[in-house]
Amino acid sequence: MTVRKNQAQLTAAEKRRFVDALLELKRSGQYDTFVTTHNAFIMSDTDNGDRVGHRSPSFLPWHRRFLIQFEQALQSVDSTVTLPYWDWTADRTPAASLWAPDFLGGTGRSRDGQVMDGPFAASGNRWPINVRVDGRSFLRRDLGAGGRQLPTRAEADSVLAMETYDMAPWNSLSDGFRNHLEGWRGVNLHNRVHVWVGGQMATGVSPNDPVFWLHHAFVDKLWADWQARHPNSRYLPAAGTTNVVDLNETMRPWNDVTPADMLDHTRYYTFDRAA
Amino acid sequence: MSRITRRRALGVAAGAVAGLAVTGTAVARTAGTAGGADHTGHAGHTGNSGKAPADPAPFDEMYEGRHIQGGPTDGHGGHGGHGGGHSTGYTVRIDGEELHVMRNADGTWISVINHYEPLATPLATARAAVRELQGAPLVPLTLV
Repeated sequence: MTVRKNQAQLTAAEKRRFVDALLELKRSGQYDTFVTTHNAFIMSDTDNGDRVGHRSPSFLPWHRRFLIQFEQALQSVDSTVTLPYWDWTADRTPAASLWAPDFLGGTGRSRDGQVMDGPFAASGNRWPINVRVDGRSFLRRDLGAGGRQLPTRAEADSVLAMETYDMAPWNSLSDGFRNHLEGWRGVNLHNRVHVWVGGQMATGVSPNDPVFWLHHAFVDKLWADWQARHPNSRYLPAAGTTNVVDLNETMRPWNDVTPADMLDHTRYYTFDRAA
Repeated sequence: MSRITRRRALGVAAGAVAGLAVTGTAVARTAGTAGGADHTGHAGHTGNSGKAPADPAPFDEMYEGRHIQGGPTDGHGGHGGHGGGHSTGYTVRIDGEELHVMRNADGTWISVINHYEPLATPLATARAAVRELQGAPLVPLTLV
């Protein structure tokens, strides 16, 4: 059974095996296909047009399916590996063990943002940035640049308190839980974390940074936590919505999975604890 | 150096991904949507009719040593018509290379370089991208 754990609780061996599996997916070329897919969606999902992966109700089930696919790829390398999650409301500084050299490595140097330590530093020659939008082929970060702050627990709780899953116009203007969690409106949870990390994480090719998966695993857990708090709330919209994935419509790129299929994460994994 | 357009890059990327059987043909549909929307988009070529805020002004300036330009997308979309065309009707370039930008429903803007932090105008978005690039060239999506 797949149990997704808080990254702060991983043993040294669990960290090593997770990192090794990431490096092997990178070496084999599989990793970069996930970056390409994400960027294709982020560039094509628009507020007034077809939207699936972002700025729409299916942001959460789409990323749940995307992470399951990625986790399965990791497990094809090492069956003991699961996706950890990063609770950025708790581990909220660059001093967190997440950023230590034995795990993801730290922030970038000031001159060019280049990450200089850890398994994903360019100097190790094992993490080339191939799917990119500019000329730089090294992993970059600028953790907390400009004094930016990660969301607090109170801010996350304020979003979890929202009863309605999503609302018309089902995009970045929407009120409701999904768009506040995604961050286009209100206190800004998910989007703000991408910006806080900086580097490739702030771009359309954000999965180039392995922290993408830990960030989204926590966003995914917040969805599960929200479901537990609001058992009578449902995914919306239910049917008949132009340009938007309704509850029982299939999602690109898989075309064989619907939001309804993704509502119960326990079919695929559990978490180490409730919120 | 051969340079391919973002439209072509996305199409090739879709083929590469589809070949790995993890994502299938739907990504190709994504690419098709992105590439073709400047012809089929909701608001036509002008892009900004209806409820959308007024068109932002064109600009053409040097910023931190980079040539940044922005303005309405021409009818053929230039070499990278998909980028500005699919929903914004507005194209931004840095040193002549198109920066993929997108207008949010509230009138704010993002680019592929700053995709999670909306800014007020395409000019602000172009300047933010220049700062983020730290002198690096903007390139079409590079394929694996």
